[in-house]
Amino acid sequence: MSRIAKAFAGKKAFISFLTAGDPDIETTEKNILALVAGGSSLIEIGIPFSDPIAEGPVIERANMRALACGTTLETVFELVRRLREKTDVALVFLTYINPIFVYGAERFFKKAAEAGVDGCVIPDLPFEERGELMSAAKAYQIELISLIAPTSLARVELIAKEATGFIYLVSSMGVTGVRQNFSDNLMAIIKKIREVTKTPIAIGFGIATVEQVRELKSYADGIIIGSAIVKQIEMAGVEAPAKLEAYATEIVAALK
Amino acid sequence: MKKGRYGIHGGQFIPETLMAEVQAVEKAYEASKKDEAFQAELAQLLCEYAGRPSKLYYAKRMSEDLGGAKIYLKREDLNHTGSHKINNVLGQVLLAKKMGKTRVIAETGAGQHGVATATAAALMGLECEIFMGAEDTSRQALNVYRMELLGAKVHSVHSGTATLKDAVNETMREWTKRIEDTHYVLGSVMGPHPFPEMVRDYQRIISREAKIQCLEKEGKLPAAVIACVGGGSNAIGAFYEFIEDKSVRLIGCEAAGLGIETTQHAATISKGSVGIFHGMKSYFCQDDFGQIMPVHSISAGLDYPGIGPEHAYLHDTGRAEYVPITDEEAVEAFEYLAKMEGIIPAIESAHAIAHARKIAKHFAKDEVIIINLSGRGDKDVAAIARYRGGNIYE
Repeated sequence: MSRIAKAFAGKKAFISFLTAGDPDIETTEKNILALVAGGSSLIEIGIPFSDPIAEGPVIERANMRALACGTTLETVFELVRRLREKTDVALVFLTYINPIFVYGAERFFKKAAEAGVDGCVIPDLPFEERGELMSAAKAYQIELISLIAPTSLARVELIAKEATGFIYLVSSMGVTGVRQNFSDNLMAIIKKIREVTKTPIAIGFGIATVEQVRELKSYADGIIIGSAIVKQIEMAGVEAPAKLEAYATEIVAALK
Repeated sequence: MKKGRYGIHGGQFIPETLMAEVQAVEKAYEASKKDEAFQAELAQLLCEYAGRPSKLYYAKRMSEDLGGAKIYLKREDLNHTGSHKINNVLGQVLLAKKMGKTRVIAETGAGQHGVATATAAALMGLECEIFMGAEDTSRQALNVYRMELLGAKVHSVHSGTATLKDAVNETMREWTKRIEDTHYVLGSVMGPHPFPEMVRDYQRIISREAKIQCLEKEGKLPAAVIACVGGGSNAIGAFYEFIEDKSVRLIGCEAAGLGIETTQHAATISKGSVGIFHGMKSYFCQDDFGQIMPVHSISAGLDYPGIGPEHAYLHDTGRAEYVPITDEEAVEAFEYLAKMEGIIPAIESAHAIAHARKIAKHFAKDEVIIINLSGRGDKDVAAIARYRGGNIYE
């Protein structure tokens, strides 16, 4: 069983997101280990990018902090290598396509696989353009995670049929960031996805509280939390690990 | 070539949330091309409202002074709102209205595209919001007020480098938030398909007219067409109908800022490399890890780290040439055209004037160079005065 499949096996997955190098790469390592200790079963590691167009202000600021302290693809690969010595939790990159393309897709996925990365979420790579990276990702057994949005209703079958790893279901319109309401379309989309695939569904965008997790958990196989974690890192700085472990424990309890 | 691709360039690299809508725009655009009522309405707006066709003006004094080719200026500066931007926005805002949208949003650099969009939105009764880098809202304060006067809401964008690329980021973010009633009026031949093609088709009227006008006046095609290039909409408009005429040299002038040997430039073709950003594969100013680099130009409209995918293709195939022009050369050309012809060009267009000044003498006296004078320079007067050490504020 792959590490991603294990993250969903017999439980609802808590997927946590943070940006690598925010506020520095050492703290990121500690934060990830703390989230794992709290029960997060899949970690999405954001590779910082100068222009994160799918992110709201919280994660955008994290990207800027990470770049300002000199985080590069090389230091992120090293981070994953160090993490792999300590944990077998599923690790997935979140990156915009340009850093992969410029580094070279072949070289990128080879290094990612060697370091121990399991998958890759690319917010600006829609289904129709996956050909750009697919063969290189497949060659190194890195799953390209498919995103489905509230506007995707007519596209669900197309996307879900070929989805592997897990499906990243975008909960609502807009960019990342904590919010109160989720799209009314969600149930219809989930139903359609279930008709065509057994690939697990994780819901992300805007989720922060235990109450929201309780509300959404029955519909999906996992919950993705990003901005609420990054916000805590922004507030707590190097003190974040202890806070994140406690937060993860709470979320995992709510998922049970 | 594959739909939406220009050689290796182009594509639709956007978040899934936008895909269905971008495909809807593509469908509506394709339908509008065959819709005679739509085309007639657009043609009438371009004529009665925007003032087309724009003149092809023989710049006699400039030609004599430079001592080579006959220089003609394609007077896009005389369009309503003062630049070529109106050609594209009338098309897109009309299309948005036909799609049932009630609101348009747009990015702007110098403010020309923002003003044009606000104008078209006022004309057609749509709500309008403009995103402009904070750096540019201060460089172009008068245009901010102009947009507000036209009923638009202007958002000052503080993220990133607070210039044009960040305004594009923020407009894309806004579009993903509210897509149902909103069309994103992209201002240049960039972004995901169908925008590079659609905006080019709305701008190609420049070269369609220029070709006819040149043949009427001179009985032959021009030897060269010169235009400034940021994203590249006025340039593609000025080039497009001449692409098939292999004898016509097509020259794009990109912003070299303080010089391409420095880091303070926006010379995408001269100094950039292939990347994927803002929905398209093309050339970008970026580092070895694919981080988009801060760019610089005295011209807010050229202060962009990328270039439209069709230009990238014209560069790859060698059909068009792209040359860097510095801030200083552009400012000298701005002053030159004012004194020589009594025409104050936009500082963007002054980049094209500057290159013509360099090369005109290498042409024979009966050869023709067309410069696309993409906009008027009123908006730049205070900034140029400050560049020259003056103390004029708007």
